Amino acid sequence: MSDVTEMSTAKQLGRVMVDYPLIPLFLLLLGLIGVLEIMQPGIVNPRWIGNTIKFAIPLAMIGACQTLTMLTGGIDLSAGTVATITAFVTATLVPIVGVPEALLIGLACAAVAGLVNGFGVAVAQVHPLIMTLGTGLIANGCLLVYQRYVIASGTKIPDFLVWLGTGRTLGLPNGLVIFVPFAALIIWGQRRTGFGRLLYAVGSNEAATRLSGVRGWQVYFALYTLSGIIAGITGLLYLGIVKTPSLSLALPLDLPSVAAAVVGGTSIFGGRGGYSGTIVGALILTVLSTMLTLLQMPEGVRRILFGLIILAVTALYVRLTEKG
Amino acid sequence: MTGQDSGTAVLDASGVAKRFGAVVALRNASLVVRRGEVVALMGANGAGKSTFVKILTGALSRDSGHILIKGRATNVTSPAAARRSGLVPVYQEPSLIPDLSVTDNLRLGDTPVAAFRHWVDALGIGGLGMDDMVRGLPLATLRILDLARALAGEPDVLLLDEMTAALPTDLVERVLRVVREQADAGRSVIYISHRFTEIAEVCDRATVLRDGATVGDLPITPGVEDQVVELMLGGAVGPPAASRGAHEAGSVRLGVRGLRAGTRLADVSFDLHRGEVLGVVALEGQGQDELFDVLAGNRRALGGDVTVDGQAVVFSHPADAIAAGLTLVPGDRAHALLMSRSVRENIALPLLARPAKWGAIPMRDEGARVLAAIERLQIDTRAQGEVRRLSGGNQQKVTIARWIARGVQTLLLFDPTRGIDIRTKRQIYALVRDLADQGAAVLFYTSELAEVRLACDRAVVIFNGRVVDVIDAADADEPTLMRAAYGLTGVPA
Amino acid sequence: MSAALARNGWTVGLAVLLTLLLVATKVIQPDFGVSGLDSLARAALPFALATLGMAVVVIAGGIDLSLAAMMAVTSVSAARLMEGAGDGQAVLVVAFVLVLGAAMGALNGALIVVTRVPDIVVTLAMLFVWQGVALLILNAPGGGAAPWLRGLIVGGVTLPLVPAALTEWLPKGVVFLVICAAVIWLPIRRSKLGLMFYAIGSDPLAAFRSGVPVGRTRVAAYAVTGLFAALGGISVTMSTGIGEPIPGPYLLASVAAVVLGGVVLGGGRGGLVGPILGVFVLRLVRMDLTLMSFDPNVTTIVEGSIMVVVVMFGGVLAMRGRRT
Repeated sequence: MSDVTEMSTAKQLGRVMVDYPLIPLFLLLLGLIGVLEIMQPGIVNPRWIGNTIKFAIPLAMIGACQTLTMLTGGIDLSAGTVATITAFVTATLVPIVGVPEALLIGLACAAVAGLVNGFGVAVAQVHPLIMTLGTGLIANGCLLVYQRYVIASGTKIPDFLVWLGTGRTLGLPNGLVIFVPFAALIIWGQRRTGFGRLLYAVGSNEAATRLSGVRGWQVYFALYTLSGIIAGITGLLYLGIVKTPSLSLALPLDLPSVAAAVVGGTSIFGGRGGYSGTIVGALILTVLSTMLTLLQMPEGVRRILFGLIILAVTALYVRLTEKG
Repeated sequence: MTGQDSGTAVLDASGVAKRFGAVVALRNASLVVRRGEVVALMGANGAGKSTFVKILTGALSRDSGHILIKGRATNVTSPAAARRSGLVPVYQEPSLIPDLSVTDNLRLGDTPVAAFRHWVDALGIGGLGMDDMVRGLPLATLRILDLARALAGEPDVLLLDEMTAALPTDLVERVLRVVREQADAGRSVIYISHRFTEIAEVCDRATVLRDGATVGDLPITPGVEDQVVELMLGGAVGPPAASRGAHEAGSVRLGVRGLRAGTRLADVSFDLHRGEVLGVVALEGQGQDELFDVLAGNRRALGGDVTVDGQAVVFSHPADAIAAGLTLVPGDRAHALLMSRSVRENIALPLLARPAKWGAIPMRDEGARVLAAIERLQIDTRAQGEVRRLSGGNQQKVTIARWIARGVQTLLLFDPTRGIDIRTKRQIYALVRDLADQGAAVLFYTSELAEVRLACDRAVVIFNGRVVDVIDAADADEPTLMRAAYGLTGVPA
Repeated sequence: MSAALARNGWTVGLAVLLTLLLVATKVIQPDFGVSGLDSLARAALPFALATLGMAVVVIAGGIDLSLAAMMAVTSVSAARLMEGAGDGQAVLVVAFVLVLGAAMGALNGALIVVTRVPDIVVTLAMLFVWQGVALLILNAPGGGAAPWLRGLIVGGVTLPLVPAALTEWLPKGVVFLVICAAVIWLPIRRSKLGLMFYAIGSDPLAAFRSGVPVGRTRVAAYAVTGLFAALGGISVTMSTGIGEPIPGPYLLASVAAVVLGGVVLGGGRGGLVGPILGVFVLRLVRMDLTLMSFDPNVTTIVEGSIMVVVVMFGGVLAMRGRRT
């Protein structure tokens, strides 16, 4: 084992980065905040931090859908649409059926979309990318049909969602009341529950899990349903933040959420990564958005930059994991 | 060591080194091959053999060292470049394109068709359609086609990596004959194999690698095996296989009656008792794959009955088989392991399979089970982290440890020692015996006939999808098994 | 031989299905005729070209999620450059845009090879990038197109010396498509490059060991995809007369058509005739639904469901093929 000492410091650094991906991510985040402060001195203050966290929360929650599905080598591109549907259905039904019922129906819609994804991926074995893209398309069509018949009675957003979405306590957004337990549960669950372990296992080698007695369809079915429900909850929270239901409410979260998970070190081919990285990834993307807004960049530049960042970070990870 | 002979050497590699991050795969490997010579390249698993082969054939770049081909310094940067300089490899896994026809595969590599056909005929593959998709061909045929393609390029040096593994015996003989003929025609062959009998038959010399360095170069003489083993193991020879005392066979654990599956398993019946290690001997493709797949719940039977402890069972998924106590170690480690996960996660996998176990993991209980299994199998876990960083032998141990941690009732081992080093093989024999002594039942398919005596109590011989003989380990010398495997005993013609 | 028969059988089946759908269209809309065929061909053209591009890259074992975005870039480039340009200049513009498409595709491929990041991630990232580029070139639909370009794909075929009645039922759009496909694909398919596409899609390691330059072949496959994307983008501009910076719904549709056309996701198997037939089947279904005066949103739902079911079916078939 004397070879270890012969390793160059660069390679050692690389190894550390692979084993603890959170460190470079945090450094990147701090670096970006530093640049932001240089660009506009004084912008980084408690109020700004609160706002950044507020907008990072829904991104990170949809990012959970992406992280969990990506661990199995999948993806959930319907998450944004599902979140939108839950938000829209809930907001339009509150005046008609009351808050608890509307919430239940809204989340039930999300669960159904998740079940459809689960069925497609688990039973019919469609590639998740295609299945969820298709489900998103279908669900969006359903939403458009729905809004033609239901919009008449107006919309109302439950008070507690507004409190969660816009309220602050001690300068921190109230959304954390939901998000902190949520994140803790996911991070604990991915390592310390049988289901979490199986996500990594299925993503690493599905044939091997089959020979070990795992019925893969059960895992996929549960996973995509869970992903749908998480998307639904995110939709409700986002509704509280944005305060106006629209037909494209959470759609802007779809691709950035994939970016957040990828930047956070979760491999899109499965078996590697985790949710803590995604949370930092969501913060990084949110800070970056602020920066671009500040520079008054046209939308085109923002997209190009997002794309290049996903590419660069993933390329860096690939390089580092290969050396390890 | 090599200076004097380099004039006549076709291939002269010296001081080759390669590291992957912290892991040194090769530190000082050398190999000299002279014209008209067959040289065996030997080494236990993890000795750096496969890395050396990849470097020689241009599939990997080297960190340092020299490679002279026909006296010229060569820097082979790809298999195509190696081929141009006269060194043509036949790798362990067939390198034909599954979705192209045989003809298109030849076009792809600019292989002369007439020469290819000549070698296919010489190697005795009849009825090959040149427009057949490669995907549909059996593994043994693919390997022969790969060899024929290499030979058609008239290589100065032919490199055969475990060429005869998974080949039926008649093909092995033809391959060995062709190898010898190459040498007689003044060409050279690098022959990599774990099988001493073949090496004794065709090789002139053996170059032995250990821990990434060439440690010896011996002419092949009678009795050289002991020297080679000593060099490979570096003196640290493990204990011999546990000898077994005469013991009473227990009750029937697994009963198989008239089992039929796929196109090859026609009619197989046998009983596997508690406390017994039952060998399965068969030439390639006699239905043994289907047999193990059915017993492990990985494939449906077309007919026949399977009983476990007298109860009839039908498995529609491996989970059913596991619930009945039948657990499989498949022939290919890549099918069993989560390469990018830890040893612990790999071993604990079956413990979490059922949805009832999807909740919080009892970490302490799991840790204890995994540790016990690791210790029992003496898995070298110095390479912390991902299983892919382990050597082949240790990976194989992990696939077995998985079932030890869960508790073994009936273990189905499909060629568990294929391609691993002698020390690990012996550990596996001892473990299997140990498990049987504790009441487990073990079904042990092996492609190496000598293993039957080392590991089994008796062996069923399958030929053409039927059991043709049952042989006691005491009588299971290689000629007897060989005759049976060819269907020459047991059943009337 | 049975495999070849099965593959041709699939294509023949598709052709039969297409004929049945045409008959059904005639039943639904008795005056469906030459002009109906013509508009079908024009509507299907961008989809068909996108599908050809997707088919090539899928055969070579990849996927290109940025396909629709590349079409947007080429569409706006062509429209912007052609605005107010003469006929001669327009020819140069078309040539330039085709080169641009191939270059964008080659860049996608080169990034995959150089960074060693999985193709899905790279092309997802490039999806953002090309979207951004398209927006920078043209912020809103606009630009122009040379009239003769439109003439290439509108109306029926007329040949000198042949009575118009014999040929004019055949839409120029179809001819344009077939010529594009034949000119680009036939030479490739017959050459070693085509074999190499199939080889790297079927088994990259075996291809490498057979002496195929895997990296360069992959770049070439992506370049061909980019070329088809450029044709697709130009065809959008040709039929609408303007450039469209927001990518159309070509991604999912092209994947569905590729799968419907018998190209196995994962690579190595299939051809280009099947996917073209697949495109027309999917377009015709949509047209029939519209003819039956369904709500456009309902049409979208049905269309999405069909695409998802197609992909599910393809997955099941691929599995069955693997088992035997």
